[in-house]
Amino acid sequence: MQQRYTHTAMVFHWLIALLIVGTFSLGLVMTDIPGLTPTKLKYFSWHKWAGVTVLTLAALRLLWRLTNPAPAYPSGMPDWQQRAAHGLHVLLYVLIFAVPLSGYFYTLAAGVPVVYFGLVQLPLLIAPNPELKPLLKGLHYWLNMVLAGAVGLHVAAALKHHFIDRDGVMKRMLP
Amino acid sequence: MTPIRGPLLASLFAVALAASAAPLKTDPAKSAVSAVFKQMNVPVDAPFKKFNAQIDYDAAKPDAAKASVEIDTASLDLGEADMNKEVAKKEWFNSAQFPKASFVSTAIKAAGPGKLNVSGKLTIKGKATDVSFPLAVKAEGGKQVFEGSLPIKRLAYDIGEGEWKDTSMVADEVVIKFRVTAAQ
Repeated sequence: MQQRYTHTAMVFHWLIALLIVGTFSLGLVMTDIPGLTPTKLKYFSWHKWAGVTVLTLAALRLLWRLTNPAPAYPSGMPDWQQRAAHGLHVLLYVLIFAVPLSGYFYTLAAGVPVVYFGLVQLPLLIAPNPELKPLLKGLHYWLNMVLAGAVGLHVAAALKHHFIDRDGVMKRMLP
Repeated sequence: MTPIRGPLLASLFAVALAASAAPLKTDPAKSAVSAVFKQMNVPVDAPFKKFNAQIDYDAAKPDAAKASVEIDTASLDLGEADMNKEVAKKEWFNSAQFPKASFVSTAIKAAGPGKLNVSGKLTIKGKATDVSFPLAVKAEGGKQVFEGSLPIKRLAYDIGEGEWKDTSMVADEVVIKFRVTAAQ
């Protein structure tokens, strides 16, 4: 088994990471704009396009990971730490699907379909649903908070391995 | 859906006493008016929650028919309270100054079975234009159902001024879709 991630895995990782940071920030900014402005409408659209892109990349990434296993942890890494790392990574994988999916169903429940880059209307998986709308809105928000926490932990742990343990773990994901 | 039921029925009753054709009583529960348009190419179908339709119609004498519809401009429901508030502002409907948009027919002609051609004056935000559109009429459960769509260009009525003139944000073409159910 190789010591590093494949280049494809690295591209998926950093591309999705960047998109998540961007989409999340846009989400915070756009919901802060009062009333209705053209800028707000644009931000909402871009946020949804980015979210759909993350969801698509997440699916491709999962397929890649299932057919191209990740490198093993260094032998010196304690068992509990390997289990914690694996658990956090699984959670992150779940969230890169759950977060955009919750957002997608939210916008559909609100009766606002997504027209990807203004060109292609994406499937109307559910009809407008005023009862589901606030539930999905809350779900999307809370899943995002969990994602923020998970990403924070993930980054902190990576830096710990790099600067404190100096065990080369983070280098495996750096091109 | 209707805090308009009381005053609507009262006003229709008054119209019925005075009218000469065959004034019908509108069934608000089975009537709807909405604006259909695109926002950044995303389709929107937003209902007007408050409107008033008066129709004088006799199937035997369609050419004597009269129709008028009055819509509360502040009643457009975009699905979010803060968006609905926005649309009543000066740049959009300016509901404070123009609380109603109206259509009053000047001529109605039969145009084949179950079809009418309606002409009249459409007034929105103080601007009046002459419009013509087809109307389908059919009997459903003992009532007459009138259905039609009237395409308009929102900029002709200054709906969406300033930065909202940008038609890539909200398209110029807006279709006013309506369905009015009425009976004797």
